[in-house]
Amino acid sequence: MPNLVESLYNIRILDELAEKRTIIHNIHPLMKVLTTGVYLMVTVSFGKYELSGLLPLIFYPVVLITLADIPIVPIFKRVLLVLPLIIGIGLFNPLFDKNPMIVLPWIQISGGWISFFSILIKGFLTILAALILIATTGMTRIASALRIMRIPRLFIMQLLLTYRYISVLIEEVGRVVRAYSLRSPGEKGIRFSNWGSLTGQLLIRTLERAQRVYHSMCCRGFAGEYNVGREKGMGIGDIVYFVGWSLYFVIIRYFNIPAMIGSLMMGVGK
Amino acid sequence: MHMADALLSPGVGGTMWAATAGVAAYSIKKVQNDIDEQKIPLMGVMGAFVFAAQMINFTIPATGSSGHLGGGMLLAILLGPYAGFLTMASILVIQALFFADGGLLALGSNIFNLGFYTCFIAYPLIYKRIIRKGYSTGRIFTGTLLASIIGLQLGAFSVVLQTLFSGKTELPFGTFVMLMQPIHLAIGVVEGLVTAAVVGFIWKARPEIIEKAAAGEALGGISIKKVLAGLAIVAVITGGIFSWFASAYPDGLEWSMLNTSGKEELEAPDGIHQTLSSIQEKIAFLPDYSFKNQEQKVSADAPETEEAWPAVNVGTSVSGLVGGVMTLLLAAITGFSIYVIKKREKASAV
Repeated sequence: MPNLVESLYNIRILDELAEKRTIIHNIHPLMKVLTTGVYLMVTVSFGKYELSGLLPLIFYPVVLITLADIPIVPIFKRVLLVLPLIIGIGLFNPLFDKNPMIVLPWIQISGGWISFFSILIKGFLTILAALILIATTGMTRIASALRIMRIPRLFIMQLLLTYRYISVLIEEVGRVVRAYSLRSPGEKGIRFSNWGSLTGQLLIRTLERAQRVYHSMCCRGFAGEYNVGREKGMGIGDIVYFVGWSLYFVIIRYFNIPAMIGSLMMGVGK
Repeated sequence: MHMADALLSPGVGGTMWAATAGVAAYSIKKVQNDIDEQKIPLMGVMGAFVFAAQMINFTIPATGSSGHLGGGMLLAILLGPYAGFLTMASILVIQALFFADGGLLALGSNIFNLGFYTCFIAYPLIYKRIIRKGYSTGRIFTGTLLASIIGLQLGAFSVVLQTLFSGKTELPFGTFVMLMQPIHLAIGVVEGLVTAAVVGFIWKARPEIIEKAAAGEALGGISIKKVLAGLAIVAVITGGIFSWFASAYPDGLEWSMLNTSGKEELEAPDGIHQTLSSIQEKIAFLPDYSFKNQEQKVSADAPETEEAWPAVNVGTSVSGLVGGVMTLLLAAITGFSIYVIKKREKASAV
């Protein structure tokens, strides 16, 4: 049950963040979806032993988070919740791959650890990119981007309706659970004897509400199209955003800038 | 058993996206022929139902592990394979966006692993075959249980293949299979029992829903009210009987990974991974250059201090480290400056 309430909270936070009006929020959703796609492709295309080359990718989330006024704590909390699975699989690399790869006077680091950290950083960056996309764009604007990308109407409508019903369902559950806990002091959760009736009643109520929602949609002229409003036209700024970031990603994919900075520094140092 | 972006190569991720898009396009075409407006909210409600039901963890007795209701088979049986697949896809899209489950690049793989095998392999080849002789409680139970188990086994095997073809982990093929399949057999049995109970109940309460879905007809003729009542009863069953399995144990995949990480037999050499990783290099979108090559390239200009260290030299390692730290510092400074500038702008606006 806490899972449900927490996930409602999570959806709410992201929904509210998406309502902000910052320079990033105002960028055309299609360009943001495409930029995220390029970012993800470039991030995972790095070889498993490439560590330093990956680091400049962090500029993308840093710039977006600060420009879009995204609070760091809830977003990072979400990332940390998902990371353990990636760590679970990645931890096998140090076990199987013990060839020394980075050798420093005081420490030797095996290839397995390098590839583990590479997976870890990639996991962190890709999860962050997805959350930033939804936090700066919102579900309905992503849907309109998908529409422009010629994704069939039926699927988008189904997606948006599932999304809407999830909020309805979870909201109801959260209220009932709170009411239940207030009336049963000393209980840590819902008693087994009440589980069936509680869940059952919840679903009946939710389904009835969903049907009411559908009927009122019909009353307001729903004819098989979920209108998400007209997306503003694409401006030069939107295209610059996409092209600029993509260019940056491609450059850092082909040139290991941290290694260059490092060797430059070391050379100057001598 | 969600795949993660970090474990995928662009080649594998892209291929699975294409495969999923193909199946989805086909499903949409099929559904569009017999869709009626009322089925769309029904798909939405079912999607939300599965979404919530997935949050209940099902303990696998005596292992300390737990599994989730995937819901793919339930959706296939109640909505038909095409609408079922599309509903599963929208659930996974929402999970990937809002909960970062899996990730956007891995979304194609996840929809395929959790939706395709259940809706298009296990459902028609197992469930429908068993049901062909006519409906009975026993046949529905056997069909649903077997189809759920086999659908999940195929999905788990698919995760193994996708991970290995991506070449990001050092896990040998044999070990990974031996980890994944038994764990997901246990999860599949639990999931199969949940699904079988739900479907069995619907069959008793509203048999025409199951018959019509199996016959590939639209649900148009059935009153929504009856369907809703049936679903409510299903909810009572899932909530009442199986919530008792609900637990906060780690997910099966994590458990199978972490529980075995210390064992000796994992060290067994395996050639298949080398082969697979060389395939990965060939199918990667962008040309690959490894850290090792980079080291050798840079080593000519970088200062060398010690010859005694084998394989790689100190200078390049240090310069890589210095460069990395510099990059992160620069990123932090960039973020901080944007923050300060924005704050000043706000202050001056007030």
